[in-house]
Amino acid sequence: VSATLAALRKDALLQWRTRSRFVAVFVFGATALLLFSFAIGPDAAALRAHSAGFLWLALLLASTLALGDSFHGEMEHRALEGLVLAPAPAAALYYGKAIANWAQLALLGVVLVPIMVVLYDAPADRAPRLVGLILLGSAGLSAPGTLYAAMTAQVRAHQTLLPLLLFPLVVPVLVSAVNATALVMTGDPMDQLRSWTLLLVCFDLIYGSLCGLLFGRVVES
Amino acid sequence: MARGNGPFVAGGIGFALLLAGSYWGLFVAPPETYMGDVQRIMYVHVPTAWNAMLAFSFSFICAIASLVRGGYRWDARMEASMEVGVVLATLLCMQGALWAKPTWGVWWDWDPRLTTTAVMVLAYAGIIALRSFVDDPARRAVWSAVAGIVAFVDVPIMYFSVKWWNSLHQVQSSPETVSTAFHWPLRVNAIGVLLVMSAMIALRTRIARMRREREMAPPPEAA
Repeated sequence: VSATLAALRKDALLQWRTRSRFVAVFVFGATALLLFSFAIGPDAAALRAHSAGFLWLALLLASTLALGDSFHGEMEHRALEGLVLAPAPAAALYYGKAIANWAQLALLGVVLVPIMVVLYDAPADRAPRLVGLILLGSAGLSAPGTLYAAMTAQVRAHQTLLPLLLFPLVVPVLVSAVNATALVMTGDPMDQLRSWTLLLVCFDLIYGSLCGLLFGRVVES
Repeated sequence: MARGNGPFVAGGIGFALLLAGSYWGLFVAPPETYMGDVQRIMYVHVPTAWNAMLAFSFSFICAIASLVRGGYRWDARMEASMEVGVVLATLLCMQGALWAKPTWGVWWDWDPRLTTTAVMVLAYAGIIALRSFVDDPARRAVWSAVAGIVAFVDVPIMYFSVKWWNSLHQVQSSPETVSTAFHWPLRVNAIGVLLVMSAMIALRTRIARMRREREMAPPPEAA
């Protein structure tokens, strides 16, 4: 646990020192939200109806930028090799990085919500639930995303490879997060919110543990 | 290295069975009551579906074995079964679209099995792309095995998520759910596709091994 905390401290510090990169990713997500409205046309009702989907697509697209950069520091001066040689389990390195990425993506999702409200006139009055869903969904993006980022950061063409590997995998996250978010925003007459949330939690737990197990093999090879 | 003729023999028998089963299904078996002749695509569609899932399941087993045992034997098998699985699953989606157009009136439907298959094709194509971008064979073996495990675990979750999201596909066909007149062509074709698939995996494994041997061979001495 202390090794995980040390790794988390390192990753949080890295992210704080590269906060200008976070601003760039946020601008990218906001731009994506703006562009989706051009695809739909100035139809206020349709935009409002699909705002949950647009929010998650913007977050998903922006997450590949954030995740793809997340091993940038480790690639310099072969720092990853040094980290692997440190007397700490590889899983600690994974959870440190994954939790830092999770925090970054969740924050990104939260700051994209006002943009969504302004652009699409989306109803976001149940803010605590919305934040909870963003936390669950961004954990689902971060858990496998951190594992794949560790691989793709070390190969050429990683900007292409990361979304190619990650997007098909996170289809369940996207489906359940979009549906749950739409239910939170527009009301839940059939009481379906619970099953979507449960699916998200299951995905997070399964991939949180599976990727923690497998991470060591990825960085040690 | 094994260089037997087994795969060629099995593949030949498989093709023969496939021809016989398809002839049977197309010309001998009676047409289905509601869907008519369109339904005859089932004789290749259902065997393709079974065998595509079999190929992906085999690649999952190979991925675990490759991580546990190390070495390249299982890596070559995994590479082969992933590629053959992608080919079969792509065929499956195309057959499904051909069947859906006259039956449902649309090429594509967001049904759980169809959508899951399509996403699986993309997921495994991504892993094959990853393999082609990693130059170090040891790394390539470990990484693609990890990605193979991660992707296969996703299949049931994805299936359930899409199932809750939307459903229209009819119940799976198996010899129990279809009339006895349809059994034999279905079974013959299933065994035919199985043999062809096994032959393709075996031959592709051979290619993978030979490629890796060439990759790891020392450079030829300068004359």
